[in-house]
Amino acid sequence: MIIYKQDNMLTEAEMQAIDHEISQLPHKKAGVIEALKIIQRHRRWVSDESVEAIAAYLEISPAEVDSVATFYNLIFRKPVGRHVILLCDSISCYVMGYDKLYGALQQQVGIRFGETSPDGRFTLLPNACLGCCDHAPALMIDEDLFRDVKVEMLDVLLSGYK
Amino acid sequence: MERPLTEYIQPGRPPLDLKGYEMTGGYAAVRKVLRGMSPAEVQQQVRDSNLKGRGGAGFNTGMKWSFVPMGRDAPGPKYLIANADEMEPGTFKDRLLMEGNPHQLIEGMILSAYAIQASVSYIFLRWAYRQAAQLLRKSMEEAYAAGYLGRNILGSGYNLDMHLHTGVGRYMCGEETALLNALEGKRATPRAKPPFPQVSGLFGKPTIVNNVETLCCIPHIVNKGAAWFKGLSYSEDSGGTKIYGASGKVKRPGAWELPMGVTLRQLLEEHAGGMKDGFTLKGVLPGGASTDFLTIDHLDVKMDYTSVAAAGSRLGTGTMVVMDDATCPVGFVHNLQHFFAQESCGWCTPCREGLPWVEKILLSIERGEGREEDMQLLHMHTRLLGPGNTFCALAPGAMEPLQSALKYFGEDFQRHIKNKKCPY
Ligand SMILES: Cc1cc2nc3c(=O)[nH]c(=O)nc-3n(C[C@H](O)[C@H](O)[C@H](O)COP(=O)(O)O)c2cc1C
Ligand code: SF4
Ligand code: FES
Repeated sequence: MIIYKQDNMLTEAEMQAIDHEISQLPHKKAGVIEALKIIQRHRRWVSDESVEAIAAYLEISPAEVDSVATFYNLIFRKPVGRHVILLCDSISCYVMGYDKLYGALQQQVGIRFGETSPDGRFTLLPNACLGCCDHAPALMIDEDLFRDVKVEMLDVLLSGYK
Repeated sequence: MERPLTEYIQPGRPPLDLKGYEMTGGYAAVRKVLRGMSPAEVQQQVRDSNLKGRGGAGFNTGMKWSFVPMGRDAPGPKYLIANADEMEPGTFKDRLLMEGNPHQLIEGMILSAYAIQASVSYIFLRWAYRQAAQLLRKSMEEAYAAGYLGRNILGSGYNLDMHLHTGVGRYMCGEETALLNALEGKRATPRAKPPFPQVSGLFGKPTIVNNVETLCCIPHIVNKGAAWFKGLSYSEDSGGTKIYGASGKVKRPGAWELPMGVTLRQLLEEHAGGMKDGFTLKGVLPGGASTDFLTIDHLDVKMDYTSVAAAGSRLGTGTMVVMDDATCPVGFVHNLQHFFAQESCGWCTPCREGLPWVEKILLSIERGEGREEDMQLLHMHTRLLGPGNTFCALAPGAMEPLQSALKYFGEDFQRHIKNKKCPY
């Protein structure tokens, strides 16, 4: 099940992690991206409440935090599943047929790009070149990279992520 | 044939740790420099080596450094940044260097930072490179523990801190002034130049941004000299070796360190093993997604900055994307423009508005819904989004594969329009 609301207060652990990052910077405000990364690590995605919490903590406006959050591809402003599949849709993977993988993923997981499976297990997203074009097509699941991926491998590959 | 950058890289094996790296001569260059070379001498040596930046633009590295204010009155802290954002589609060379020999990059950064007297350094690493992040973090810890980083390095009085920053995904983070904004916690939009980062960069202080491959050359130049480095190259226009690569339907996709200036034919036939059975070569993007196509007529072009430019393209990152005869050029270019439109930072109008339009036109042609006028529209965009009309090089870069596809594969576009479907 996906929960849409998050706490609008930072936890002790989150604050400590953010403090550590901003201690290395000339001013607090420069820590926005780091703060977003930290919140996402703790909460999996960044809700409106979390944007407000970061803004209050860094003493800037929520709009400013949001303008940064929405700029970057890998800060999730919507809930994501327990595992995020990033399928490379850039040129070498295009030539090597990533669309077959996409088709198979749609069948096996039942979701298209930008969607999360109803059981909350997977979110599927397109991603720009993963930097292993000599082993195209490639995809990442969470932090793990898979190269030279074939449709036949998907079953086993996905079964590693519950 | 010497391969200084990759000599100790063995794919599939973990990279050298500090001890192993030292046994192969690692950190000798740091000792040498800190014991008896002035920053000016290091700068001069790198300038004499004719090392040109491997991030795409190909500017002489020593010369770039020489614009940094030096001496007691120079503003500080100064910064040295390794650009490890590698997100140009079709490019995978910096990953190889960082995963294969992380200490080599760290040593190159220490030397470069010393040459401009920077006291803080960053590695700006793209998010997706998880393994590189882990290896770099561990190697940095080892380098700190051994006294190659931190305060009073090897008793020389020189101080340097190093941080690893992982990005959150955006092609623009690789553009050097946008990278500075990203490091400052802002949106990765580019800055006006002048002032150049060498004078006013990160947090308004003098800053040098260099590509990973550029930095990895520095220890070897310091150890073996400028003349030796120049001699590695087959070309007059840049010293050293180059990490070349090929992806697409070739027999052996991969990356190889070779003398700068080998020919396209050597790369494709000897190293990439030629095309896969059943496919023939139709076109090549020689240096990543934002370079003009070369064709079978260009196989004898030397892969150096001047020769590739004379052939109408750019060496770019030197990692090429190969297009075979079974791949539709319209679909191919549409894929590229989708990427560029998505990654446009939105700062200037021609790029923000133009790229999505180009993407849509290409999609309609690919679907067989194209009109005659669309060809004119595409040509027009290659001019309007070309050099001089946009704030940074993203949009002109995006137009390179488009304009050359129109030139070389125009017939393919026409057939889509006439037959009202994709012939592939
Ligand atoms: C849109 C865009 C993306 C870029 N991405 C990268 C990159 O990922 N890595 C890189 O080294 N240079 C990249 N560059 C080039 C840098 O702006 C800069 O020229 C380079 O880092 C300088 O290093 P060098 O002198 O060692 O080549 C990019 C440029 C543009 C316009
Ligand atoms: S050319 Fe594109 S990417 Fe560059 S500043 Fe303009 S909008 Fe941004
Ligand atoms: S294009 Fe897919 S990994 Fe580079």
